[in-house]
Amino acid sequence: MVVDEGVTNILMCGVGGQGVILASNITSTAAMLAGFEVKKSEVHGMSQRGGSVVTHVRYGESVSSPLISKGRADYMLAFERLEALRYIEYLGEHAIAILNTRRMIPTTVSSGPFEYPDDIEVHLGRNIPVIVVDGPGIARKVGNVRTANTVIVGALSAKLDIPLEIWKAAVHRSVPPGTEEINMKAFEEGRKLAGSQG
Amino acid sequence: MMRELLSGNEAIAEGIFEAGVRVAVGYPGTPSTEILQNVVKHPQVYAEWCPNEKVALEVAFGASFAGRRSIAVMKHVGLNVAADPLFTFSYTGVNAGCVIITADDPGMHSSQNEQANRHYARAAKIPMFEPTNSQEAKDLLKVAFDVSERFDTPVLYRITTRVAHSSTIVDLGRREKEYEMPIGHDAESMRKFVMVPANARVKHTRIEQRLMDLQEFSNEFNKIEWKGKKVGIVTNGVARHYAREVFPDASILKLLMSWPIPDERVRELADAVDQLIIIEELDPIIEETIKVMGIDCIGKDKVPITGELSPDVLRRAFFDLDEAHEVIGLPDIPPRPPVMCPGCPHRGLFYMLKKFDLIVSGDIGCYTLAVLPPLSAMDTCLCMGASVSGAHGMEKAIKEEQARRVVSVIGDSTFVHSDITGLVNTVYNKGTSTIILLDNRTTAMTGGQHHPATGRTLEGEETNRLDFVKVAKAVGVEYVQKFDPYDLDETKDALMKALQFKGTNVMISTRPCVLAPRKIRFDHVVWSDTDNCKRCGMCLKLGCPAIERHEPGTDGEKFDVIVNDELCVGCDLCLQMCKFDALKRREG
Repeated sequence: MVVDEGVTNILMCGVGGQGVILASNITSTAAMLAGFEVKKSEVHGMSQRGGSVVTHVRYGESVSSPLISKGRADYMLAFERLEALRYIEYLGEHAIAILNTRRMIPTTVSSGPFEYPDDIEVHLGRNIPVIVVDGPGIARKVGNVRTANTVIVGALSAKLDIPLEIWKAAVHRSVPPGTEEINMKAFEEGRKLAGSQG
Repeated sequence: MMRELLSGNEAIAEGIFEAGVRVAVGYPGTPSTEILQNVVKHPQVYAEWCPNEKVALEVAFGASFAGRRSIAVMKHVGLNVAADPLFTFSYTGVNAGCVIITADDPGMHSSQNEQANRHYARAAKIPMFEPTNSQEAKDLLKVAFDVSERFDTPVLYRITTRVAHSSTIVDLGRREKEYEMPIGHDAESMRKFVMVPANARVKHTRIEQRLMDLQEFSNEFNKIEWKGKKVGIVTNGVARHYAREVFPDASILKLLMSWPIPDERVRELADAVDQLIIIEELDPIIEETIKVMGIDCIGKDKVPITGELSPDVLRRAFFDLDEAHEVIGLPDIPPRPPVMCPGCPHRGLFYMLKKFDLIVSGDIGCYTLAVLPPLSAMDTCLCMGASVSGAHGMEKAIKEEQARRVVSVIGDSTFVHSDITGLVNTVYNKGTSTIILLDNRTTAMTGGQHHPATGRTLEGEETNRLDFVKVAKAVGVEYVQKFDPYDLDETKDALMKALQFKGTNVMISTRPCVLAPRKIRFDHVVWSDTDNCKRCGMCLKLGCPAIERHEPGTDGEKFDVIVNDELCVGCDLCLQMCKFDALKRREG
């Protein structure tokens, strides 16, 4: 017997303050509204202070562990380039990575001994397709740079088997009141972009 | 029926509402903080932040004595603070049900240790429940209250970070009618609730009997999920889900009630399977209990005793499997630790402490991050409140000249939590140390909760605001200074005066947290003029995440400094560091 067969595993990573938690809220709400069992796992606390943030979203007919195992993520949403490398071992054989162009230099590079690696796409794309999304650029065009995270979720939505109507409802339920429309615009831009790629 | 995707903490808040709880109290601490923050949505439940966990547990005891259901919420180390009332509360028992939530943090995502609080149930001889997902987190709470009343005992309710901060789908219900008992005010009640030796001796005999009764209940309540007969697993908490994923064919006894351990169910499972495995996070409490029963099992000889478990960890432990596909030739990945926010009022002070090369007795809060480079300005951090008392000990142990270099740093919420007594001790015993109170007017590390010095209650009402200057004077501190940590010269000046003063003295920082209760941004940001920049790196010594070093720099320079204007809030600390007019203000 195989446990968790047919479960979709989505790993989201980025930097505290980037809206990774909101993105995983939208995604897990959409999966719930589509009738799936959902488990979402995140760690708060220290991660709010500009540290590395990762959330696990899993959905399917039946889900046991709230954590994705290494080598089994179907999708990775990297909201910051370096963070994609940090969690690279989670990627499954047939995974798709959605990579935001945002680059945030950690203090260990600015006032420490480390270098920010510049060949991230090369490492990420060695075995799997990578969809690069200019989240901040698109968000600025839409009219609010803070919606970059919704652009990325929009890109993910183009790859998942959840109807657009349900995504719309999930965005509306998850974003701060008054920002529904602009977030929906950002979402659709991301969706359009990924729909034509990968 | 309403269905919602809720975190374990949100679900417990709903459970508190549905179980008809009257009084809910606690002190913020990751991963437990969101429980009380969500209880506030339900005005039928009275909720409050207390100064510390001991006070919270005593308030909950009082409410239980008065005949209404109550709950006290805290993180694992908070239960250490509340351990004194807990052990004797076990003796008195309850009038109305009382549950104590302990939120443990295996893996130490946001804690100073990863102690296993299941020990407390065994040590205090009280029952423990452990939900494994959000639905159980809500529903099991009602069972816990029933057990509290039926067996006349406080109940420990243990969650871990992975239950508290994972979200699963929850079916919501209605609020039960409040359980009401008349307040005890007669000889019988006094024998029950006044723990003098004569009464306590009688009680000890009773709680030993209570444990046996609870074990019988545990045998009825805990169920075996029967599958194959090759492997049987006994497990608790979220580990149950990892066990199921890694051992899909095993029969599993999941201990929703994890103390006392159901001996008959364990024997039944052990007799039926070829091999018994115990999967529990941290200490081998289930395993040791089962081994004492004379049953052979596999436990910590395979399963790690440190850190958080996961399906990956179990696969490696039992099958030597690592499913991550190998990634070859990856560059060194720079760590990204949490840092003080851009504009954090703590930064300027710690820069000065480092510059003065002082011995810094630290405490629990955002400022503990000052231990990381480039600030590297903290020498000890033990527990809530240890900074002031620890500094006093340092000072008494070494020569006066060296003792002058000892300072303690402490946040406002932590000071109220457990450092007022430390300050009293220092004054009483003629200490001369400098206590630096980082009053950012909120409990910042846990996301900005009110406390007795913010002037508001958990429910948002205005209330008395504890005045730190008056407190310091009242306990006998003669010299109290206030300083603006955004002004490096002023900070330096205050520090020099403090170090020269021969007696206990207090410095109070005057700037609020930049994140809570509202985000602070000044009317400008800083930009860097690379033509003027001499690449001296002084601004980088502040460790501000908005000041980025980009390699290689322009015009053959090794690097450029770029101020990230999305992160900069305009605190101007870096302007004071730059001697070459390379950092400038721009309207933002």
